[in-house]
Amino acid sequence: MSLDRATVAKIAHLARIRLDEAELDSMTGELSGILDFVEQLAEVNTDGVEPMTSVAQQGLRRRPDEVTDGGYPEKVLANAPSAKAGFFTVPKVVE
Amino acid sequence: MAKPTHFTLAGARDALKKREISSVELTTAHVAAMESLRELNAFVTETPDKAIEMAKASDARLARGEGGPLEGLPIAIKDLFCTEGVRTTAGSNILGNFVPPYESTVTSHLWRDGAVMLGKLNMDEFAMGSANITSAYGNVENPWRRQDGSNAKLVPGGSSGGSAASVAARMTLAATGTDTGGSIRQPAAFTGIVGIKPTYGRCSRWGVVAFASSLDQAGPMARTVRDAAIMLRSMAGFDPKDSTSVDMAVPDFEAALTGDIRGLKVGIPKEYRVDGMPAEIERVWSRGADWLRAAGAEIVEVSLPHTKYALPTYYIVAPAEASSNLARYDGVRYGLRETGGSLNELYENTRAAGFGREVKRRVMIGTYVLSAGYYDAYYTKAQKLRTLIARDFTEAYKQCDVILTPTAPSTAFAIGEKQDDPIAMYLNDVFTVPASLAGLPGLSVPAGLGDDGLPLGLQLLGRPFDEETILRVAEVMEQASGFTALPQTMS
Repeated sequence: MSLDRATVAKIAHLARIRLDEAELDSMTGELSGILDFVEQLAEVNTDGVEPMTSVAQQGLRRRPDEVTDGGYPEKVLANAPSAKAGFFTVPKVVE
Repeated sequence: MAKPTHFTLAGARDALKKREISSVELTTAHVAAMESLRELNAFVTETPDKAIEMAKASDARLARGEGGPLEGLPIAIKDLFCTEGVRTTAGSNILGNFVPPYESTVTSHLWRDGAVMLGKLNMDEFAMGSANITSAYGNVENPWRRQDGSNAKLVPGGSSGGSAASVAARMTLAATGTDTGGSIRQPAAFTGIVGIKPTYGRCSRWGVVAFASSLDQAGPMARTVRDAAIMLRSMAGFDPKDSTSVDMAVPDFEAALTGDIRGLKVGIPKEYRVDGMPAEIERVWSRGADWLRAAGAEIVEVSLPHTKYALPTYYIVAPAEASSNLARYDGVRYGLRETGGSLNELYENTRAAGFGREVKRRVMIGTYVLSAGYYDAYYTKAQKLRTLIARDFTEAYKQCDVILTPTAPSTAFAIGEKQDDPIAMYLNDVFTVPASLAGLPGLSVPAGLGDDGLPLGLQLLGRPFDEETILRVAEVMEQASGFTALPQTMS
């Protein structure tokens, strides 16, 4: 399966990764190569086979709906690139 | 007395108990080794002061006749495990300044049991790689060299390349690693050490930077099977903070090393005889089977018919999960931020600057296979193949107790080789990925030297939560191989 540049540009946008023109070219070739490689799965008949989401045999555990963690905003914000008055800050989103 | 850095973990433990050496002496020797072998680039962050401080506390406990199973033993941690107050990069620029305000469950178990931390180990970026050449902090070098006089610098394997190199070069007694598709076992094979990927769910993933959550497992890397067993006992255990952690008692893995494998059935999967397999790999594989037969095990041929589909399945499932997990690196809450006029530009610029090439490639493949119109054709299809691959193992374990295979299709290659083609690099994991997809325990044990004088490893796979049997068999192979060769860097 061969991808075109426009498709790769769209994927890059969906993945929120800026690619320059040269990267777009090389990535188009590389991603097409990987998709060619995985294409061989199509030859296996998987009718009636359940997809596996996890090898864990157990269901999800339940616990009482109680707060067990939190209450330390300064720790949560300690690694923030930009924070003010107890909040993360970002460029203006709403005009 | 042996050089302190040449102790095994078990040997150092016993010497500490008998007060033949102090933890400070042991730790000081390892700190010196870490500093003198910086050219291997195995560490991203060294924590010598912390190590000495922890060693002093251990000596005080040992003097009172107290101390845990790892008391006073210096080890090092793959830089994928969050360590409170110590920078944790995951080998990425995007986490270059990240200092976790919390400790991963696995490392907290190690400190609970008295271990001493030497530092944080280099690795492929976000554990994506098989040669430790994708780290933002530079390549790691294998302490081994080919015996052809070329002196070419070799890769240590990956993604736990810093862990493998530091253990092999006697900079640390043992290390933690993580394995998503072979990242503990393949570097262990490339550097002549032991590495275990436990059953999925055995070690908590909490506080381990996520790559592909349905596959990621932490495990130990050490120089002997016994050392790996000792480490695994401390690392493992139920953790309510990881929803896939299994609530099951942790066995005394060291006690499983009885040396008795009489009557055990060892499966040899015929599909692992891949085209173009080097003769030295074939040879070491059949020699391994001979050792086990001589020890009283029965060798049986088994079939894992979907083996050839494991790699393509993995290269859909793992990138899909990675694209989802790595969405968190947005430049807002932690990690690198690049500026942008809008929030979208901020995200795109941050991720362009923060992620390396292999990470971008995998995030984009994952994004594509999960995108509208392609989800069923790629992702659901791969999940169905995963069911078939896991079923192959269930069938095989009706005929055998463990499975013996080579760990990797070659010995360590030179830095620079296999770098033009992502698929050629992915083929390194051809023997390790199937068990990862099935969530099964696997280990690599050194089995001798190849034609070029480099270590070769053999892989043992077990039934779910039966690490004890593969450890027992591995120790028998370790005894039979008598592997004592040292990397050239050490001699």
